[in-house]
Amino acid sequence: MANDSTTAAAPTRRAARPSRNRQRLTSLAGFLITLAVTFLGLLAITFFIGRIVPIDPVLAVVGDRAPVAVYERVRQEMGLDQPLITQFVSYVGDVVTGNFGTSVSTGKPVIEDLARVFPATLEMATLGIILGVLIGVPLGVFAAARRGSWLDQGIRVIGLLGYSVPAFWLGLVGLAIFYARLKWVGGPGRVDIFYDGMVSPVTGLILVDSIIAGEWEIFGNAVWHLILPASCLGFFSLAYIARMTRSFMLDQLSQEYVTTARVKGVPERLVIWRHAFRPIRVPLITVIGLSYAGLLEGSVMIETIFSWPGIGNYLTVALLNADMSAVLGSTLVIGAVFIGINKISDVLYRVLDPRAR
Amino acid sequence: MTTFRDWLIDDSPASPMQARLGRFYRIFGALMRNPLAVVGAVIILVLVLTALFAPWLATHDPLRQSLSERLLPPSAAHWMGTDELGRDIWSRVVYGSRITLAIVTLVAVLAAPAGLVIGVAAGYFGGWVDRILMGITDIFLSLPKLILALAFVAALGPGIENAIIAIAITSWPGYARVARAETLTFKNSEFISAVRLLGASSLRVNLGHVLPLCTSSMIVRVTLDMAGIILTAAGLGFIGLGAQPPLPEWGAMISRGRSFILDQWWVATMPGFAIILVSLGFCFLGDGLRDVLDPKSGEQR
Repeated sequence: MANDSTTAAAPTRRAARPSRNRQRLTSLAGFLITLAVTFLGLLAITFFIGRIVPIDPVLAVVGDRAPVAVYERVRQEMGLDQPLITQFVSYVGDVVTGNFGTSVSTGKPVIEDLARVFPATLEMATLGIILGVLIGVPLGVFAAARRGSWLDQGIRVIGLLGYSVPAFWLGLVGLAIFYARLKWVGGPGRVDIFYDGMVSPVTGLILVDSIIAGEWEIFGNAVWHLILPASCLGFFSLAYIARMTRSFMLDQLSQEYVTTARVKGVPERLVIWRHAFRPIRVPLITVIGLSYAGLLEGSVMIETIFSWPGIGNYLTVALLNADMSAVLGSTLVIGAVFIGINKISDVLYRVLDPRAR
Repeated sequence: MTTFRDWLIDDSPASPMQARLGRFYRIFGALMRNPLAVVGAVIILVLVLTALFAPWLATHDPLRQSLSERLLPPSAAHWMGTDELGRDIWSRVVYGSRITLAIVTLVAVLAAPAGLVIGVAAGYFGGWVDRILMGITDIFLSLPKLILALAFVAALGPGIENAIIAIAITSWPGYARVARAETLTFKNSEFISAVRLLGASSLRVNLGHVLPLCTSSMIVRVTLDMAGIILTAAGLGFIGLGAQPPLPEWGAMISRGRSFILDQWWVATMPGFAIILVSLGFCFLGDGLRDVLDPKSGEQR
């Protein structure tokens, strides 16, 4: 009997394996196609935005008193006489090879500017999400564990405030209170002017660079400056993460296995953290990913307030100067990172949660 | 009054009118039992009344400058103080409610029907129509809204009309998703098949039978989105791409107060409270409406 069952099971198992692999391959291919289409869509949108600008790009080069022949020649050189689809293809080619055009305000290639400013944003958003997760997850769990209590109500209101408070207002008020009145934190900028440019950029992340250079004083100063903008960003991710954690936890706590554990006499602390919290770690990863991507967006406003030399500040300066190459370049980079993080958390979810496979 | 109430909650209504009124009555009653929703509804009501009666509520002309009264702190004469041109901030906040209300209404009027039509078409026709429409929708959904709105306004040029268009362009995809999901649940139900058997055209089926069924989840979604729309509009105004001076738009007012935040905190802070209050109002109301109209979707959004 035992032999029979193994011989009967073996072929089916062998047959099942390639089909599962094929399934994985097709789902991987499907994923890559969606990713490519999404990026193409992003490019199509920035291309379209670049076309509807009411500024004639040729006139910007030749000036408005150029003769018609010169105008026509420049127009042809810029490829603007080609059909739209050809223009789009060459635009995609440019972007893929890293040619985002030249910024009018800085006079440098946009790609260089972006590489210079991006680490500052990354540093702020990363600290923001760390704060958001470290505070938001426990808050959400506690709110769910004490459903209906004043703590729960308070956390609900905080969660909704995250949707209602303008980021730039929070930054301004934070500056007025914690920098101007209480002098607990540093003011705008990444470090005091005195320290500016004293560590050579290796990674562009000033916290890492100052450790590499062994400049602990600068490291401290950078933390001092980073803490307020990162906390402002952290507030928004905290609000969102706490809200989602609470609702995931409420789902789990109403499940029968939780009741079983309670009936068996498992201490409430263990019921919450060992039984109910474990299964929500996977959906939480998606939430954290979404929130991280959202912080990159939120940093635009916060950076303006804190004169933070990141991509958000670069984008707003470019917006006000109608510097379209810089605007579209920043939009592309933020959009691509946003899509990337979203898709990665999507994949992680599928890999980690057996039900989603 | 009891008789009227009995007529409203009658289990076998005699006319569609009675059924509809009864439904509204029940929804209204359920909403009024949720304290946060009541708070939200009151805030929105106050917003609408403020916008309507702005000339009576404002103590000063919102645009009149008076340089001798620059940057005065809040007092009996100027409830929220004055700004750097001596304009009364309370009066400007009151008139600003008109701009905020206009922005959210116009965005809702532009984006919701667009999303509704696209979503219903995708859900009803299915196949390649669905694939193309939802492909475009998903691309828009996977992009950061604020950045996209910023880029569109940069291209269209600053101004409140362009800000409204840009926000509408970035908000329709959410509505399309909701409408498609709703349509898919109704598409194969028996009453739709019955209408089709009677020979109704797909236009008639959609306009007369599918669209009305999507409205309640659309209302929930639009209300929940209002806070985001207000914040985006204020952000555009703050950067200088939305409403232009001297319009008393709240975001632009905060931007003017930025230079005085350390000493004259009220210039930037007061309009911020208005934004928070109104956004919270929409969140509370939206949450309450969702619990009543769309209990399935729970906390997730």
